[in-house]
Amino acid sequence: MNLIEQAKRKVSGSNFLLVVTIVMFAIMYLAGILIYSRQGFGNMQTFMNMLIDNAGLIIVASGMTVVIITGGIDISVGSMIGLSCMMLAYMMEIKGMKASSAVAIVLVFGIIFGSVQGWLISYLKIQPFIVTLAGMFFARGLTAMISVDQIAILSNQNFLDMANKNIYLPFGAIVNKRGIKLFPFIHPSVVIALVTLAVIWYVLKYTKFGRSVFAIGGSEQSALLMGLNVRKVKMSAYVLNGFLSALGGFVFCLNTTSGFVEQARGFEMEAIASTVIGGTLLTGGVGTVVGSFFGVLIKAIIETYIRSNGTLSSWWNKIVLSLLLCFFIVLQSVFAAIRRRRG
Amino acid sequence: MSDTLSLIKSKGRALVGQRLFLPLFALFLVLIVNVIKTPAFFNISIQNGVLYGYIIDIINRSSELVILAVGMTLVIATGGIDISVGAVSALSAAVCVRLLGSSYDNYATPMVLAILAALAIGMICGAFNGLLVSKLRIQAMVATLILFTAGRGVAQLISAREIGGKMVPGQIIYVRMESFKGIGGFLPKVIVPTPVFIAAAVVLIFYLVLTRTALGLYIKTVGINSRAGRLVGINSTFIMFLGYVLCGLTASMAGVISSSRIYSSDANNIGLNMELDAILAVALGGNSMAGGKFSLAGSVIGAITIQALTTSLYAMGVTADQLPVYKAVVVVLIVSIQSEELKRWISARGGKKA
Repeated sequence: MNLIEQAKRKVSGSNFLLVVTIVMFAIMYLAGILIYSRQGFGNMQTFMNMLIDNAGLIIVASGMTVVIITGGIDISVGSMIGLSCMMLAYMMEIKGMKASSAVAIVLVFGIIFGSVQGWLISYLKIQPFIVTLAGMFFARGLTAMISVDQIAILSNQNFLDMANKNIYLPFGAIVNKRGIKLFPFIHPSVVIALVTLAVIWYVLKYTKFGRSVFAIGGSEQSALLMGLNVRKVKMSAYVLNGFLSALGGFVFCLNTTSGFVEQARGFEMEAIASTVIGGTLLTGGVGTVVGSFFGVLIKAIIETYIRSNGTLSSWWNKIVLSLLLCFFIVLQSVFAAIRRRRG
Repeated sequence: MSDTLSLIKSKGRALVGQRLFLPLFALFLVLIVNVIKTPAFFNISIQNGVLYGYIIDIINRSSELVILAVGMTLVIATGGIDISVGAVSALSAAVCVRLLGSSYDNYATPMVLAILAALAIGMICGAFNGLLVSKLRIQAMVATLILFTAGRGVAQLISAREIGGKMVPGQIIYVRMESFKGIGGFLPKVIVPTPVFIAAAVVLIFYLVLTRTALGLYIKTVGINSRAGRLVGINSTFIMFLGYVLCGLTASMAGVISSSRIYSSDANNIGLNMELDAILAVALGGNSMAGGKFSLAGSVIGAITIQALTTSLYAMGVTADQLPVYKAVVVVLIVSIQSEELKRWISARGGKKA
């Protein structure tokens, strides 16, 4: 009896949204296996491809989760990804720099970018959406300043090796027509993404910084009265997010191996949608990166559906994702209304 | 009693003076730079029966932005924001042009109906945003992000053309009838570009409605404290909702003008980066980004300043892709100047030194 009570309490409230997401993912995945079995939807490799395609998004969504938990928002991430890819492509192809130093410069730039945004938001108290909207246009324009032409990364062998290295998994093999066992594989980008996810999960759950983030999102006033350095924590959240969007850009670039102005336009929407679908409340104070991970997977399944269908145009990706985001934020606000009525 | 009234009046006048100082100063600055660079800047001549010159060009091109800035001012005054205006413009333009069709002889739908449909679509989009923000209490940024992303996708689907017996979406549809070009160009025998008239009419109508009715006051109340507004009997939810609907309406007007300028609907480029320009115009107009008090005149001057800035930057060889960098910096500078924290910090610093 006590156990059921406990389970009920755990599921109630914000966790409920996470449960909805996970159940939804399971249903969508099973439906996909049934409907698109001929296209090989049920293969382990299809699932791994979802991870490979969305490795960058997993990282960016983790950072977005932290920012949204503080009660803020960052819509500059899509442009930051485009800018990171362009910087990497420019430095390696045109300037002939080593992959490691190019990546290091991009990551440092991400930290600086995040610091400026964080400073404006937490110390000058300017609304996050204004600052990050400006950041979004700034980064996109800067990308165009570096080059308006597409730069493909063709000559940096180290970078290409890392991009295309197959890491085979010891399970989930399928036997093809010739009787050869094919093991599913992932790229290093997936490893980076999952490690980042795990680190952010740990930081949010077990560190002082993580607990402060939740406290500030729950109520900034109380956090201030508790003696937390609200400004510093908020600023750190944006710095972390700046770093993660640059890291996400690097991982994204591993997939595309090129830089161009229009790259990753609308990516901020995907990151916010994944986060919200994963049960993070837009009002702040509640959320997990695990939920955001499932949010990314749901977005990946929609993409795979649309691709497997074959007749729908790719604009449907954005439209369906927007509808899903809309559905989940309405769900959130309904829950908030119920809670307000109760308490 | 009359003393206090006059005191309030004079204080109010001083405040308005202060508010309009920033946009006027910025406009002055941009114009001065232009005059130094091109001495013929203020020359106006009549060529081919229409007015011609830098100034005319800037005022003409700024029409859409002025219209958008009016709607954006209302939304920001209620304490919200609408970043979907560019996408809504593209969507309305797509609807309008799709309805008009690209025949050489006649319109598929009468032009008035097509334009009304486009305006209706804009209002529906605005109502969708408004519903999410006012009724469901979702942050304006995220609520309007939905249409910001999906709007252009829907516009692409609407911009379909029959190719080989199949409707293919994502096409640029051209309107070939001459009369449609009048909206974004010139009406016969009129030397002033039509968009200028439309913009002036929109500003005038909104100004009259906001000052002659209590609506302006209601919007300010909701923006300053929506709870207090509700307690004195103002339907805050409806006022916020109305703000978004009107913003959607202005966005669709801008979309129709833009599509008329290029005789076509280009779902990728109509209203591109317009949301930043509109927000920038409102910020530059001395309006608080946190809502509350607003000044339409400020936003209009702000919009013209932004267009002057854009034209000048183009003249200096900055490409359209790079333009946002400068504008983003200007936005951050303006909101930083407005920031109370910065003022406090500077005055504290000054105090220490003295």
